Amino acid sequence: MSAPGSAIVSLCNVGKTFDTGTVALDGFSLDVRAGEFVSLLGPSGCGKSTALRVIAGLSAPSAGTVEWPCGAGQIGFVFQEPTLMPWANVATNVRLPLKLAQADETRSRAATAQALAHVGLADVARDYPRELSGGMKMRVSIARALVTDPNVLLMDEPFAALDEITRFKLNNDLLALWQAVQRTVIFVTHSVFESVFLSQRIVVMTPRPGRVSSEVVVDAPYPRDERFRTSAEYAGYCRIVSETLAQALGGAP
Amino acid sequence: MNTRIWRIVLPLLVLALVVLAWDVIVRALAIPPYVLPGPGLVLKALITDSGLLWQSLLVTLGTTFEGFVWAAVGGIGLAILFSLSRAIEYSFYPYAVILQVTPVVAIAPLLLIYLPQHLAVLACAWIVAFFPVLANTMLGLSSVDHNLLALFELYKASRWQTLWQLKLPSALPQMLAGLRIAGGLSLIGAVVAEIAAGSAGAGSGLAYRIAESGYRLNIPRMFAALLLLSLAGVAIFFVLSAASHLILRRWHESAVKREI
Repeated sequence: MSAPGSAIVSLCNVGKTFDTGTVALDGFSLDVRAGEFVSLLGPSGCGKSTALRVIAGLSAPSAGTVEWPCGAGQIGFVFQEPTLMPWANVATNVRLPLKLAQADETRSRAATAQALAHVGLADVARDYPRELSGGMKMRVSIARALVTDPNVLLMDEPFAALDEITRFKLNNDLLALWQAVQRTVIFVTHSVFESVFLSQRIVVMTPRPGRVSSEVVVDAPYPRDERFRTSAEYAGYCRIVSETLAQALGGAP
Repeated sequence: MNTRIWRIVLPLLVLALVVLAWDVIVRALAIPPYVLPGPGLVLKALITDSGLLWQSLLVTLGTTFEGFVWAAVGGIGLAILFSLSRAIEYSFYPYAVILQVTPVVAIAPLLLIYLPQHLAVLACAWIVAFFPVLANTMLGLSSVDHNLLALFELYKASRWQTLWQLKLPSALPQMLAGLRIAGGLSLIGAVVAEIAAGSAGAGSGLAYRIAESGYRLNIPRMFAALLLLSLAGVAIFFVLSAASHLILRRWHESAVKREI
């Protein structure tokens, strides 16, 4: 594990052009430090999901480099949909990454139980995905991403499809989890409010082609709770980020 | 609850009316039994010839079952092979289609020339039944959630792990739908081949009984054999539907009762 403050992953001038000719990323550079909570913020189609897939190694960059100074290690990925196997119960879904790695049975059982406890779902381990609510399915998905004890957690608009009440709850829980497990999180979102609430640093992206427009550091202490969500400080940051985003989109602030 | 009762009562009512009308028409117009026997005569044939018909039914069901099993093995096996290699799919899929669109009635006499009768009948049942299994399984294998595929890639799953733990389970509902169609079709295939064999004067299956009874103008027995064939088809459909329901009931939308 690298020391806090040093880069865990560096993207340098990454470009991604699809076979269709669409330029999703162009000259995209980003350094993420170990233990950091970074959000990629931008409108739909600005290449933020592509950036995440490139970091995960699911998509090869057409230009530029992705470097892991201390080695890539294990990556956890949370998709916009829960992406669970409907034929398998919650525990089996969470254990999947360990099963694919053919990990030791006893140890993977323990890791599964721990991951489920982290997201507060220990008592539904035997349930099937269809029996769970949208928010619970998303927690299962997060537990699955955590089960391999990854260095980096990549989250691709994980709460975008949830209702606001559930989203707030999961935002709170995600922050608590982040503080508990001390992992690097790269979080893709198109919500200004969500990005400000969660992140230490917000990377604002411009669309077509996707590149970094500017960065906003949210210098508010953790733990952040409902009080922070209604504070003047929070509102101030939301205004700054909204204005930055509007500039990135080329409109008047 | 009410609709459930009606779903059973209404078709039975229709059946009773049809049988009654049949009986009345046969009596009123005094139609001779070698043209159209009344329902009473058919029932009598069913009882007096029960030994013979039962034997024949078992033969036909045996062939159907064998054809179905081979169709399942062949259809699923080919679909897996096709999903593993584009080249194999491109090379052989067109021939699977040709085999499917050529009417089996036209193939059966040829097969009977080249194969022993039992094998020829079996081959017909297989030809008709394997394609829906193949096509449905292929559809299932190719419509796997792309995010789950990405997840398997992220965790460096091998080809076999992806096949066994992701593609096959997720193709299961379509596969079972294909098998449900194949069950009925393999009965049709077996019957067609038996009829073709029957016109050559050999055979022991239920369809052969129909052909034979036709030559002898034993029309009541023809109807009795036909009735048994229909019942066999219905039974196959229900068994396969129930099996599919049992397998999918824990997770698939199609098998879940909704309360509205």
